[in-house]
Amino acid sequence: MEKLINEFSLGLFVWQTLLFVLLLLLLRKFAWKPILNAVNEREEGIKNALEAAELAKKEMHNVTADSEKLLKEARAERELMLKEARQIKEKLISDSKEQAKLEGDKMIKQAQEAIESEKKAAVAEIKNQVAELSVEIAEKLIKEQLANKDKQLKLVEEMLGDIKLN
Amino acid sequence: MQNAFLFRLLFAITLFLSAGYFANGQEDEGKEPINDIKSEIKEYIDHHLKDSHDFSLFSWSDANGELHHVGFPLPVILWDGGLKVFSSSKFHHGETVAAVDGNYYKLLHSKIYKTDAEGALSLDDQEHPTNAKPLDFSLTKSVFMIFITGLLMFWLFTSLARSYTKNGSIPKGIGRFFEPIVIYIRDDIARPNIGEKKYRKYMPYLLTIFFFIWFLNIFGLTPLGVNVTGNIAVTVALALITFLLTNFTGTKDYWKHLFDPLGATMPWYGKLPLYIILVPIELLGLFIKPFALLIRLYANMQAGHIVLMSLIGLMFIFKSWLGSPLSFGLAFAISLIEILVAVLQAYIFTMLSALYFGFASEEHEHPEDPELAHL
Repeated sequence: MEKLINEFSLGLFVWQTLLFVLLLLLLRKFAWKPILNAVNEREEGIKNALEAAELAKKEMHNVTADSEKLLKEARAERELMLKEARQIKEKLISDSKEQAKLEGDKMIKQAQEAIESEKKAAVAEIKNQVAELSVEIAEKLIKEQLANKDKQLKLVEEMLGDIKLN
Repeated sequence: MQNAFLFRLLFAITLFLSAGYFANGQEDEGKEPINDIKSEIKEYIDHHLKDSHDFSLFSWSDANGELHHVGFPLPVILWDGGLKVFSSSKFHHGETVAAVDGNYYKLLHSKIYKTDAEGALSLDDQEHPTNAKPLDFSLTKSVFMIFITGLLMFWLFTSLARSYTKNGSIPKGIGRFFEPIVIYIRDDIARPNIGEKKYRKYMPYLLTIFFFIWFLNIFGLTPLGVNVTGNIAVTVALALITFLLTNFTGTKDYWKHLFDPLGATMPWYGKLPLYIILVPIELLGLFIKPFALLIRLYANMQAGHIVLMSLIGLMFIFKSWLGSPLSFGLAFAISLIEILVAVLQAYIFTMLSALYFGFASEEHEHPEDPELAHL
């Protein structure tokens, strides 16, 4: 202990304390604060960047999921539209077919009716003409017959003969 | 612990080897020259461990037996009824008396004494001079190295700080080596010991003290031969700052714990007899902590230097084909261990300082111990 006290140099102690405190203050202002701040900032930056990356990843995932969903929906919609179109087409076709059939039937019926009435008219016409013709023929015949007196008389005699027979 | 063990082991080996040599030496050339070398080495080590008033790199004796010193003088600053500044070259390494303003000073074992014109020193029975000692504020070798280390640290760490702004938060050059250490001190020394809330306040001190001790320890291993951290005045100054910081930043809880360590776990009449013993122990602990800090650093560095220099000195004592390489190998191994010790001691000092700051800035949320609350 005595040796230690003997070795103790006040001058060195004073200089050491003075220089060390000065060094401490200078380094604190010009080195440690900027260094620690820079390191902190950098660590903070890295932390933030990592968080942002994580967030972006999540966002990306969401976007992909969203687009997937949209795509799926679009596909379903298209499917639905196609199906509807097909149905409409089929309905149209069947409807028009039915209409055509109805129309045709109606036309056929009308035609048949027309034909019938035409036929009737024609038959009536023919009957009239036949009657007129026969009347004319009869007229002509009668005229002929009557022009020939002898024959007439003969005919009358024949007829009278017939009646006698009865 | 391990260091102490190694020290003892090496001490034993040294003793064993030197004892072995004694037998040979007596046969060959007698005891006298060996003792000469030994005492010279001892003196040399003693001299090296002390601070000095000039920066000597090495010295040699020429053919005429005259001693030459290579190095440069440092300014001597004395307070002796007025400020006296002169170059340490006036002492001629303690060989002559320096005359300044009509006063005479003499250097003996790195201490300056006031003498008469002839430089006569009156010694007491323990060979200590009884002459008056002027107040010595010289820029000694240690002060010079502290100054150099301070400049080096300032340059290193301000350039590291600047490289962040220039380089977009990425260190450059030597900063790449030091930045992880700075972060290590923050994350593994300051944060766990002091706590997340208050560690920032102590960071500059912890960083400064770590690098200061480390750099000076490493400088001590260089052939410059400076022993700054192995100097008691330096370690006292460092420990004193830790002590002052601890107690000036101490919270109410810290002081309450000091004078009332048992708290509300016991009624006052129970605590009173215990406190007669406990409080003085706590108060003593207050001073023992920094004292252990300063002695640990001082003793470790001092021991390292003694062992290393003794092993180097052994080479000159052995002068045999076996002994010298062996002591060279040992000196080399110890050098490597000393590099480890250099950083270890800096770490321990920083770590313990952080621990004491942690005690001082502690705040108890629960005044009562939950395990004792039900009693």
